[in-house]
Amino acid sequence: MFHRFMRRHDTTDIVMWLIGFGLLAAVLYGSYVTLSSGKYDASVWLDFTIFGLAQGSVYALIALGYTLVYGILFMINFAHGEVFTGGVFTAYFVAIALENSGFIERHWVLSLLILMAVAMTVSVLVAVVLERIAYRPLRGAPRLVPLITAIGASFFLQYTYRGIYGSGIKTYPDFPALDGKLNMFGREWPILTVQALVIVVAALMMIFLYWYVQKTKAGKAMRAVAEDKEAAALMGIDVDRVIVNTFALGGSMAGVAGILYALLFKQVNAFMGFIPGIKAFTAAVLGGIGNVPGAMLGGLFLGIVESLGPSLILDGLGIPSPYQLKDAIAFTLLVLVLIFRPSGIMGERLSEKKA
Amino acid sequence: MDKELKFSWSEILKFGAIAGIVAIYVILVGMVEAFNDRYIISETVTLGQIALFSPVFLLGYFAADKARQIKSTGFAILSSALVGLVGGIFVAALLFLGANINMRAVFLNVSPDLLKILHLGQETMLGAIAANLIISAIVGLFGGLFALTPHKWSNALLVGLSIVLLMGIMQELMTITFGSKDWYKPIGKFIYAQKGLSWGGAILFLILGAAYSLWRGSGKFRPAAKVAKMPAKQRMTVSLAAWALGLIILLALPKFLGSYPSEILTTVGIYIIMGLGLNIVVGFAGLLDLGYVAFFAIGAYTVGVLTTSGKLATVGWSFWMALPIAVFLAMFAGVLLGIPVLKMRGDYLAIVTLGFGEIIRVLVLSDWLKPFIGGAQGILQIPKPHIGGFVFKGPQQMYYIVLAGILLVGYVAWRLRDARVGRAWKAMREDEDVAEAMGIHLVSTKLMAFATGAAFAGLAGAIFAAKLGSIFPQSFNLIVSINVLSLIIVGGIGSLPGVVVGALILVGLPELLREFADFRMLFYGALLVAMMLVKPEGFVPEKTHARELSEKEPFAPEIEPEAPAREII
Repeated sequence: MFHRFMRRHDTTDIVMWLIGFGLLAAVLYGSYVTLSSGKYDASVWLDFTIFGLAQGSVYALIALGYTLVYGILFMINFAHGEVFTGGVFTAYFVAIALENSGFIERHWVLSLLILMAVAMTVSVLVAVVLERIAYRPLRGAPRLVPLITAIGASFFLQYTYRGIYGSGIKTYPDFPALDGKLNMFGREWPILTVQALVIVVAALMMIFLYWYVQKTKAGKAMRAVAEDKEAAALMGIDVDRVIVNTFALGGSMAGVAGILYALLFKQVNAFMGFIPGIKAFTAAVLGGIGNVPGAMLGGLFLGIVESLGPSLILDGLGIPSPYQLKDAIAFTLLVLVLIFRPSGIMGERLSEKKA
Repeated sequence: MDKELKFSWSEILKFGAIAGIVAIYVILVGMVEAFNDRYIISETVTLGQIALFSPVFLLGYFAADKARQIKSTGFAILSSALVGLVGGIFVAALLFLGANINMRAVFLNVSPDLLKILHLGQETMLGAIAANLIISAIVGLFGGLFALTPHKWSNALLVGLSIVLLMGIMQELMTITFGSKDWYKPIGKFIYAQKGLSWGGAILFLILGAAYSLWRGSGKFRPAAKVAKMPAKQRMTVSLAAWALGLIILLALPKFLGSYPSEILTTVGIYIIMGLGLNIVVGFAGLLDLGYVAFFAIGAYTVGVLTTSGKLATVGWSFWMALPIAVFLAMFAGVLLGIPVLKMRGDYLAIVTLGFGEIIRVLVLSDWLKPFIGGAQGILQIPKPHIGGFVFKGPQQMYYIVLAGILLVGYVAWRLRDARVGRAWKAMREDEDVAEAMGIHLVSTKLMAFATGAAFAGLAGAIFAAKLGSIFPQSFNLIVSINVLSLIIVGGIGSLPGVVVGALILVGLPELLREFADFRMLFYGALLVAMMLVKPEGFVPEKTHARELSEKEPFAPEIEPEAPAREII
């Protein structure tokens, strides 16, 4: 019995399972202690969840960029976090101009649209230039080569932003119309207006993207190239153009995500994209990289875990100031997913469809 | 014919626009202003001007090189000058805009000082624009002429100019190091002016560099070939003598150079140790590890915790007792973090190790572990190592510990490379499945790579802690991993001398240029991209790896780029 078990599973598998069970036990124990202590009541949990949803939808939008590119080129666009930064950081200067002229107070919807347009334009530009200069010449190179290039590009862009726009942390102007709780249909809802807006805009963008990929001709071409580049080229699809399109689409999602991020967290700096970038990558992997709906779900899931995790699990384990370890939770999740289920939550369905 | 001519004109515009955009980038990112106080040639050429005009020079070179193949020489020269002119128009436009509207709200670096630099000494706006256009056109023309000179001569010129640049940058270092020595004073007076090289010095170095290049190119300079022709016994003596001479020079270096250059050398040395370690993981075994800094941190913190006499004092051991523990713990961590990633390949491995590195950084900074490792305040009062009464108190003494570390680690890496495990690593790098089919035990081979690499990093970390006397979590961020990765890539992945060359270039040179600190990561990033695009095998390539990366491999099957991608999902 034991021998048969040992023969089927090698030692590393067993070590991994032990680690997994250990972590699972810690998570359950921590949650149990926190919940039974009654330190937080239901409304606090609701707030955490809504905040998690809001930041998760930002992650989801960024994650789409990773997933789209991976779906077609099978490379991790490590510099995607910097595509995100480029848009929102450039839009900051427009935002300041709009605030100084009082435009934000008068037409906040229009200002928001302008900011998004600026951020999208810059992000798309960064993504497309990146593809043209750094990635296109390396198509077909050994796999580590484009990854190292992407890492280099990521640092190059971070320090470019710092050099051009300065190194300080900049505070985004306030949108007075978005202060306070959401007031709609004659009652006050338990959600901040900003968070509601972020969730709605992100949802709209994701619906648009889904429609674009599934229904339009360009989306169809994209899926064809993802399936088989050579065959697609034989069918008369301009593969280079489709790839540029993909980068641009990912860039525009990142641009919108940038503005939403600025609305939620109010601050921008040259290095802001790095951590959200890795988290969004986590989200993309969670949902099964290359899978568009998966990236959306992965983002939301990660956002909620990150928002609930510190108080639910770490607090229960008696760790002081658990919020400092917020990032560690996301990275641990990344490591765990890559180890235990590298195909992601929705990976199975994807492989069935592609098989 | 007409069509071809048109093609060339638009080509000129394209090259010129690229030059202009790159020049504007260099200006906006702040390099021109930051480097402007650094004179290379006294009162004439500053590093800032070199940064400003090198895009025009380069694009002029490329344009002429391309035009020469289609058109006459005259046309090539003309086109390079025109490329320069177009590039100059971009810069002049920026100058004009900067003077008339306030760009500083967005572009931090467009300051009055910068505009003054862009005036190139002219008083009026019109004069400044004219100066920019003319100088750009001339520089572009020089680029074109450079492309048209025979290779031998342009190479010599290039070496000469590089030596001039290097010596110009090194002025401060030379003065600090040798300024008080009697034999140096007349030499220093001749080659250097107040700021930058004197004209005499510049010309001297240009000639020396060019002569050296011509002499090497003539084929008379081949000591290695000469040695190879000697009988075995004599060859042995010669190589032993060369090693002994090298060692004596290395041992005498800190005494000769003094404190500041020794400081630089110890920093470079610590990076060499780390580079040799990462070289085993990435270069030999082909496992891209972005969390390498974690092991460096473990080594440093182990020494810190075990030896400190400050607030966090525990056992108060000596450095020599803590050192093996640090190396062992780092190695242990290497195995521990290696186990989960055994089944991963390529880019997923990179991201997971990056995740590990970040987790460790977040943990080190947290309040949770603060009672043990000091959180953001770090660990202070780490005593200097000593042997008997000899204390390694300054960089001149620490140098010897670093040197011993490099020699030890270098020897181990060199022996491992051709040992059974080293060959197994390389086989695994080429193809895991084939390696496994050949009877290589993947688990132990991979773990061995992680453990060895981590142990080296632990050693480097331990020395780092002892050198600084205090450690802070900020010293252990992702940047360190990227630095180490960059230096082994620049040197040549898998190449041992490449690590030394890479560290000297990437860690040593920036220390000489203080203004450069702000652009260091920018430069590294660009370098990683450029190396991957142009020279993925590095400057001192390892043989098999170079062959693997070049496409001329005789019996390489055409592998579809996406084929391996399916495997890791």
